[in-house]
Amino acid sequence: MQGLRVVRGGREVLHDLAFEVPRGTIVGLLGPSGCGKTTLIRALVGVQVVRSGTVTVLGEPAGAPGLRRRVGYATQKPAVYGDLSVAENLRYFAAMLGAPRSDVARVIDEVGLGRHRDQVVATLSGGQLSRVNLAAALLGGPELLVLDEPTVGLDPVLRQELWELFRELAAGGATLVVSSHVMDEAGRTDRLLLMREGLILADGTPEALRARTGARDLEEAFLQLITEQSGSAA
Amino acid sequence: MNVSITLATTRRILAQLRHDHRTLGMLIGVPALLMVLLRYVFDRPGLFDRVGPLLIAVFPFVIMFIVTSVGTLRERTGGTLERLMTTPMAKLDLLLGYALAFGLLALVQVGVVLAISLTWLGLDLHGSAWSLLLVAVLDALLGMALGLLASAFARTEFQAVQFMPAFVLPQVLLCGLLMPRAQMASWLEAVSDVLPLTYAVEAMREVSARSEVTGTLLRDMLVIAGCTVLALVLGAATLRRRTP
Repeated sequence: MQGLRVVRGGREVLHDLAFEVPRGTIVGLLGPSGCGKTTLIRALVGVQVVRSGTVTVLGEPAGAPGLRRRVGYATQKPAVYGDLSVAENLRYFAAMLGAPRSDVARVIDEVGLGRHRDQVVATLSGGQLSRVNLAAALLGGPELLVLDEPTVGLDPVLRQELWELFRELAAGGATLVVSSHVMDEAGRTDRLLLMREGLILADGTPEALRARTGARDLEEAFLQLITEQSGSAA
Repeated sequence: MNVSITLATTRRILAQLRHDHRTLGMLIGVPALLMVLLRYVFDRPGLFDRVGPLLIAVFPFVIMFIVTSVGTLRERTGGTLERLMTTPMAKLDLLLGYALAFGLLALVQVGVVLAISLTWLGLDLHGSAWSLLLVAVLDALLGMALGLLASAFARTEFQAVQFMPAFVLPQVLLCGLLMPRAQMASWLEAVSDVLPLTYAVEAMREVSARSEVTGTLLRDMLVIAGCTVLALVLGAATLRRRTP
């Protein structure tokens, strides 16, 4: 991604961003609400109109037709049909991707919704709903998974399980870009991009960030970076 | 375009309707109920024979317009459209999927209205019931295509519902149902010339009054089909893979 600028609602929300993500890693996109995480993610999957800059995904321009089977995308707000059952939703999205039918059972299992497979989505809890949304992104075994706040509202045990799943997928060669605003999730990534107000504040491994700022946890490291930055700007 | 994606979309829309018993009941039951009311409001066989078929053109048109405009708006605002646009699905797959699902539904809807009208209500038809069914399904598809297009101009479901009076009622007023078009002021007649519902109602009049398939009927059906395709093409242009 190079020189990315995006204007939404008459305001530039991403200012000249550039970064690269190596394959087979988990990259965390962290920052407060409204810092541009979702816009960045939308640019990555090619649904965002961008002002300038280039976004290259798996060797092709973002949003290219050839990528539509290779990139899985889970939006922050679950984008599934509330009036269909879990299995019906996933069967439909599997048909869109040309994924085998057996994939539906696999992803339901991966997100732990086996007991709810025939339940109508509108009657699920918030956490279950976001897992259906995640399951839809896992269909077809994409090479790049772009997940916008996939663990919001989940209990710690489930969150742990999902991060184990993400780790397995990365070990299998998939690349994951996961956004979050929860700092304790940051430590589970291979690489962190800390964002604030449309800029990338820091880019590195969680250990490197802690080492660089001398902070004990990442929350503190983040604060330290903000202070440094506003200090250098003044 | 991909046939299996189109058919999967049709199946998905029908499955959504299957889960929603109340909507399904209203889609099928309301036009039939309105026809029964109409029959007893008029209570004169000759008048009902004349006006009944025209309303068989209008009901599915109006209902499909509402259902599709709100339905597609839900896809747009609910994020499912954005998700679909990141998959290999072509825009035409989505539109044809909708057309097929609602076409089938229109077939059932009109079939029920027609069966009730021809038996219980004693509707006397000169043309064949099959050509009436065909014209009514074309009208329903026209309503669907216009609804799809209209949904692009609505941001909320509140607005989408109000497009019904805005897009549809002027057509109902001017289509020759309330007042023969020849008796309207010439500028109103000219406006009605370019509104598709005019041709839908005229086609129904031909079917109900003539036993043979007339040139006017064929021309009207072509106009309706042409307007449907045009609205679908314009509707496809409003489906964007990238949004601001």
